[in-house]
Amino acid sequence: MKQLPIVIGSLNIGFLQTLKLFFVTLIGSFPLGLIIAFGSMSRFAPVKYISKLFVWIIRGTPLMLQMMIIYYFPGLVLHNNIWGSGEMGRFLAASVSFIINYSCYFSEIYRGGIQSIPIGQEEAGLVLGMTKSQIFFKVTLLQMIKRIVPPISNEIITLVKDTSLARIIALQEIIWAGQSFLKGSHGISGAIWPLFFTMIYYLVFSGILTVLLGKLEKKLNYFR
Amino acid sequence: MSILEVKNISKSFENTKVLKDINFTLEKGEVLSIIGSSGSGKTTLLRCLNFLERPDRGIIKVNDEILFNSEDPNTLKEAEIRKKRLHFGLVFQSFNLFPQYTALENVMLAKQLLAKQLPEYKTDKKDILNDIKNQAEELLIQMGLHDRMSNYPHQLSGGQCQRVAIARALALKPDILCFDEPTSALDPELTGEVLKVIKKLSEQNTTMIIVTHEMSFAKDVSNQVIFMDDGYVLECGKPSQIFDNPANERTRQFLSHYNQ
Repeated sequence: MKQLPIVIGSLNIGFLQTLKLFFVTLIGSFPLGLIIAFGSMSRFAPVKYISKLFVWIIRGTPLMLQMMIIYYFPGLVLHNNIWGSGEMGRFLAASVSFIINYSCYFSEIYRGGIQSIPIGQEEAGLVLGMTKSQIFFKVTLLQMIKRIVPPISNEIITLVKDTSLARIIALQEIIWAGQSFLKGSHGISGAIWPLFFTMIYYLVFSGILTVLLGKLEKKLNYFR
Repeated sequence: MSILEVKNISKSFENTKVLKDINFTLEKGEVLSIIGSSGSGKTTLLRCLNFLERPDRGIIKVNDEILFNSEDPNTLKEAEIRKKRLHFGLVFQSFNLFPQYTALENVMLAKQLLAKQLPEYKTDKKDILNDIKNQAEELLIQMGLHDRMSNYPHQLSGGQCQRVAIARALALKPDILCFDEPTSALDPELTGEVLKVIKKLSEQNTTMIIVTHEMSFAKDVSNQVIFMDDGYVLECGKPSQIFDNPANERTRQFLSHYNQ
């Protein structure tokens, strides 16, 4: 029983790192995804094909592999560890990997959302004398958001659990914290139950997100 | 002076010639109906007038001002085109209302965005926005929609949607209001209420161009009728002439399908 507060304390610190990675990834990949989406719809062929190639490579290879390359490549091959040492360096490398990876997934969702808006919406705006940017922000954007909320929600829930992949570069997130009691930490070793405890954190957090995203989806139900 | 002069308009998509040397004029306060079978180029012609398509050749003049001349690159600039579009209004077959806005907001939106460019917008913002709202409400009342202003498009019938779309186009006070088969997406009952509104507009001397398959309506409301076939204007004249004494064999053939 003495072990419980020690484990909870460790898991809390790990989960804080999980949350940080989660939010930094979302903040970075939402806008970057939009840029890649516009790139892959560009009428300028080189931009279009480079964007599509990039999305193919990132979506076609494991995030875990990307993270290992991004973290180790600069130090081992270029002899210049741009990430710096310690937990901060691992966090930076993990964040960059996650942002790049998730923005590619988001870009495809955005592209689908934009292309699903009937062309008549843009034409109606044009004949009313609106500029292209007015049409995007005042007419198509909200319709696009409404359409992409369900698939984006899916990705967000997946991201909650994907953050655990950062364990591979020893980021001290919650799985790392739970696993440490398996190997031995704070005088506790061979304990698997802390790993079961991590499940509760994931379930509660993804549960909260499911409720919030469901509310957002409902809120946008006022139009069709 | 005619309000609209269209000269030698031609347009191709890929290798298909859709419009072949179209010429006509329209007088202020008059109604022009364009009839013809599907694929004859009627809709493309309207889209050219609204600059949704760029003609390959020809001249478009409104009130003697050259809006478009394929020979003069100065008239082809994108930024200029946006202003020129405001001479025309366009009502679509599929309404194209903005689903996230109420009927009233649909009518007000474009006007509000244009008002932001006015120099006095900052100082008189309240008055300007109030004026826009009053005008929009008046238009919707005129369309018989006084009790539908705060409804969203999905809560309205097709006929009501189309009347909101007409109000939205009228809000910008275009010189010429164009209709692209405004009742083709509606059942006969709803068609009637939309045609009644257009008829009323014609009685108020609104200058209009109507692409339609409603022959009896075209005959009733128009001052001038154009029959198009395969990208050509085959016949142009008063409705009595086109409908009762068509000169062209193809016109006669087309109209016979409606007189059965």
